[in-house]
Amino acid sequence: MEMKIKSLDETKIYAFELAKRLKPGAVVCLEGDLGAGKTTFTQFLCEALGVSEYVTSPSFSIMNAYEGLVEGVKIPIYHFDVYRISDPDEMDEIGFDEFLFGSGISVIEWAGMIVDRLPDEAIWIELRLDEMGTRVLRETIKSERKSL
Amino acid sequence: MENKIITLAIETSCDETACAVLENGRKILANEVYTQIEIHKTFGGVVPEVASRNHLEKIAESVDRALNQSGKKMSEIDHIAVTYGPGLVGALLVGLSYAKALAYTLEIPIVAVNHIEGHIAANYIAHQTLEPPFLCLIVSGGHTHLVKVNGYTEFEVIGRTRDDAAGEAFDKVSRTLGLGYPGGPIVDKLAKKGNPYAIDFPKAMMGHDTLDFSFSGLKSAVLNYLNKCRMKGDSIVVEDVCASFQHAVVETLKGKVLQAMEQTGCHKIVLAGGVAANSALRHALGSLETIDIYYPPLDLCTDNAAMIGCAGYYKFLKGDISGLDVNAVPNLKIGE
Repeated sequence: MEMKIKSLDETKIYAFELAKRLKPGAVVCLEGDLGAGKTTFTQFLCEALGVSEYVTSPSFSIMNAYEGLVEGVKIPIYHFDVYRISDPDEMDEIGFDEFLFGSGISVIEWAGMIVDRLPDEAIWIELRLDEMGTRVLRETIKSERKSL
Repeated sequence: MENKIITLAIETSCDETACAVLENGRKILANEVYTQIEIHKTFGGVVPEVASRNHLEKIAESVDRALNQSGKKMSEIDHIAVTYGPGLVGALLVGLSYAKALAYTLEIPIVAVNHIEGHIAANYIAHQTLEPPFLCLIVSGGHTHLVKVNGYTEFEVIGRTRDDAAGEAFDKVSRTLGLGYPGGPIVDKLAKKGNPYAIDFPKAMMGHDTLDFSFSGLKSAVLNYLNKCRMKGDSIVVEDVCASFQHAVVETLKGKVLQAMEQTGCHKIVLAGGVAANSALRHALGSLETIDIYYPPLDLCTDNAAMIGCAGYYKFLKGDISGLDVNAVPNLKIGE
């Protein structure tokens, strides 16, 4: 599935639609260059999942945890930025699997750097700017994901 | 007769393995910093696994060297101060575990310190007569906060970033320009040769009803500008990009500081964190006559253990002692 995103509102609508499909244990993988809109997308997604705090960049801490609220039920939301990871095994240092296979929802920026560590059911969202400078959003699952 | 309190401080939240010894909180007897930046340069950022492994290798040596340099013996230390967050959990745990083991063996109290509160305290060392209350702008690679410091251990966050930290914007722009890590010093240096008005990057002021910051949009604007230039085949003047970007960051920070001054009536402004070393920021705020400004010297702006010792000293005086079960809190907020 690929679509052009013409406005901030369209990003927001897409994130809210995606949120409806996410169950505890879901993993959303984000790919795209700096400035492609990964943080903004994550902010909308977290808003849709009932996070009331500001969702700030996890580049420094690798992971930020929030409390979401889905249909009246509290659910942990984990926001990762794994850009600084040079070897997927380093994810063990932050207890990655415990978060990933727990009861929360995980959103992972730069997920392409740790593909082998992610479940097959993960949802992949690729954001990029085309030649005209228009934002393009592409959603796939791991088996369909093109190596970027 | 006055009793001198000796603090041993340990800081391992990110890049630096650091240990310091202080007398009465504000006098440095030793301040050892072992930086991993040379190692991280190859990766374009701090690599967490590399960080904790190197902390482990350096921690014992750092403590020994600090003690030697201070001329104090282990038995003369009154308490230990150690960073417990925010930071990378693997890195924090190295310092915290070492500090706990020392405190347990020496039978002395341990004080867990918030890294950001440490950055504020760096100014008490640099300016011996500085006292709260004041407004503090903390700007680093991981943090951007405007804090009303009401007392040595009383903090009120009045503004913060809603997305990226100011220093993070420097790192990411630097990365895209191929200038390396950390981005702050190199962008600052190149900006001096560039025109700050060459490119009109957006200054996200977030409106007058809030003291919050946003740097994600500015970062994207710089990256999109560079992409457009590359696609059109236009030449990129790196110095102008650096100067214009830095100008946008500084103007944003300055705008919010002025707004905070108006709102609180407080004209004593203190800078802290790595970005406090930025020459344009110091100049922009320092040239305003209405501001009574303080900032630490370069070596106290970046991560160090002396600042942790100073913040820990005031918590110790207040009786705010931690248990040996204190844990690392990677997402620790200020004032918690």
